[in-house]
Amino acid sequence: MYRSTFKGGCHPFEGKEMSSTKPVVNLEPGPELVFPLSQHAGAPATPVVKPGDEVLAGQLIAEANGAISANIHSSVSGKVKAIQKRPLPTGGVGMSIVITNDNEYREVEYKPASLEELSRDQILERIRAAGVVGMGGAGFPTDSKFNPSNYEKIEYLVVNGAECEPYLTSDYKNMTDSPEKVIGGIKIALKVLPNARAIIGIEDNKPDAISIFRDKCSNEPKIEVAKLKTKYPQGSDRMLVYATTGKKISPKERSNKFGVVVVNVSTLAAVYDAVIEGKPCIERIFTVSGDDIANPGNFRVRIGTPYNEVLKAAGGTIQDPEKYINGGTMMGFAMYDLTSSVTKTASSLLALKKDEVSANEPPTPCINCGKCGFACPIYLMPNKMYKLANNGDKEGFLKMYGDYCIACGCCSYVCPAKIPLKQSFKTMNSIIKAEKKKKRAEVKK
Amino acid sequence: MSLLHVSESPHVRSKNTTQKIMLDVFIALIPASAFGVYNFGVPALIRLLVGIFACVAFEAIYQKAMKKKVMVGDMSAAVTGLLLAMNIPSTFPIWMEVVGCAFAIIIVKQLFGGLGQNFMNPALAARCFLLIAYTKPMTDFVIDGVSGATPLQILKPGGEAVGATDLLSMFIGTNNGVIGETSAMLLLAGAVYLLIKRVIKVHIPLSYIGMFAAMTFFLAPGHQFDIMYTLMEVCSGGIILGAFFMATDYVTSPVSNKGKIYFGLILGVLTFLFRMLGPNSEGVAYSIIIANLLTPFLDMASVPKPFGWIKPEKKEADRK
Repeated sequence: MYRSTFKGGCHPFEGKEMSSTKPVVNLEPGPELVFPLSQHAGAPATPVVKPGDEVLAGQLIAEANGAISANIHSSVSGKVKAIQKRPLPTGGVGMSIVITNDNEYREVEYKPASLEELSRDQILERIRAAGVVGMGGAGFPTDSKFNPSNYEKIEYLVVNGAECEPYLTSDYKNMTDSPEKVIGGIKIALKVLPNARAIIGIEDNKPDAISIFRDKCSNEPKIEVAKLKTKYPQGSDRMLVYATTGKKISPKERSNKFGVVVVNVSTLAAVYDAVIEGKPCIERIFTVSGDDIANPGNFRVRIGTPYNEVLKAAGGTIQDPEKYINGGTMMGFAMYDLTSSVTKTASSLLALKKDEVSANEPPTPCINCGKCGFACPIYLMPNKMYKLANNGDKEGFLKMYGDYCIACGCCSYVCPAKIPLKQSFKTMNSIIKAEKKKKRAEVKK
Repeated sequence: MSLLHVSESPHVRSKNTTQKIMLDVFIALIPASAFGVYNFGVPALIRLLVGIFACVAFEAIYQKAMKKKVMVGDMSAAVTGLLLAMNIPSTFPIWMEVVGCAFAIIIVKQLFGGLGQNFMNPALAARCFLLIAYTKPMTDFVIDGVSGATPLQILKPGGEAVGATDLLSMFIGTNNGVIGETSAMLLLAGAVYLLIKRVIKVHIPLSYIGMFAAMTFFLAPGHQFDIMYTLMEVCSGGIILGAFFMATDYVTSPVSNKGKIYFGLILGVLTFLFRMLGPNSEGVAYSIIIANLLTPFLDMASVPKPFGWIKPEKKEADRK
């Protein structure tokens, strides 16, 4: 049942108009590209090239290691310089393949196909070979997502065009510039999920995208467009599924268990490229924005391009920014340097003149106003959970359903006392997860 | 190049602050207190100002003496002082009021850990303290130089006939009482402001007043099914001030909507019992501080089930 919205949430400053009107520009990737082996959920890929090897654009350079993993392809032609640890855009360092760009962009030959002649298994194989992962940020390998054990029982394919994160316009650009690709991707998905019906959820701050899709899907009985209220975190999969289908899926459960598969519009465009054009996932649309960027805009970026090249293309910064963010302001990662590179799951680079977080330090005492609880889309009580998390009281934390937290950050955003609520829950949940893992390992022994 | 800031998401914060919330409460109380000054004259104004300044001063002195950061800028002490002053008669001796302020800020609020840690509403706890310590001046009301009974004292079973007070004057507030409680109309105007600004929610006031009105209508001794009597009971005394401005105090009321409704219902029952069966004519302050003590329990009893929660199957419980 279509509901258009959910309970809770918040309305952070959107800032989308800074880049939404700008066209997508092709970006020169610079002399050196870095491909982290872990750009997806699951095990890091295994390199299949060694330093000194010549590679072409679109050539496989690292192979999926297990079912939940993904192939990685070079996005330029050139020479493998090294396989070494490099900084990651999400913080920390990770093994990466470094490739020197020869600026010739010689490509491997892609093998196009038509949807009619491909079988279900062939489609999934093409998606897997192309290394397509969830491009909204989670990075779950798309072939696994499209092939749950109960794939015949999937009722809904929920297409995420909400893009509720502030500043981001890359999904929007995919929807307005290449709706055919997105719809093509939906048709492919509907072929592998034979009993599903697709619902495209788009927030009402993108009326042109809604009308484009309403227009293009008017003759598609299995595809419908749902207009959603603009509210963060509308694009979180649980909220999106609720707003489009009315199903309440616990954050602790897999959505396929409830007959739902959620997929992002940018991922569908990549699926189309992979299945129909035979092109691997080597580029994505990327937003560079924020109040400190000289020329905010959207770019077609080759995966592996360093962030400082991207920043240069957007005209650099106006003044020294206080904060760089990989992703949006609500769930993105603060960056401490720009030598790391664009991965499949990175959707934007933001530069902000002022950091609102440190400006509001230190927090004032909690006055129990409960605004965090009313903003929580999962109906938790962050004010109570915070005390338990800070005391390390795991049992109490779980009793307050702390493990249901989706880390959307609404509680921290609305808190009048500026208490780092979500941050403490994330720490607590990673401790609980690590302990569970340890226990499981001990049981195995 | 300046240093980059790195922190966990979210990287933005709303503009709302504790100070803004307290300022809104303060603004919402101004019409009713201004009416108190109009009604009772300069002595009322002096008591309002003394209440605010004494509370702020005690908070600053305590925090300084304890080598804590002085946080009077958050306005919470000013709100406490204003509320306390609104809860005393205009003839109340000023030194006693200052004692009340010290009790509210130092004993009820700061000794328990300051803002956010007090288990009772400081202004109301101080009012109850003053009521017990200085009963006579706290219940002696003078309007226009003539000492007289408050509407509630008249309405009290065994008091004068009900017709003696007019419902309209109670609603507007030109009758006797403590400084800030007389004008139901202006208190409601302030409450509407708080509701529009989303500082408070309707759950506590509505369930409180609703429960109290229902019980009065059906059960008031000698006045069953007397709608005029019920309306007078609601419009008089501290119930409107208490329901919208003091029972809704964040720190001492439950967080979830369900908890808030339970809280309001308990308040309604308590106020009814105090007013109808107790020896005093007023019972709002006692009801609220008693219900404040139940807040932690109500909070734990009203933890909402999370999104998508599924009732655990029995098998799992057996395994344990």
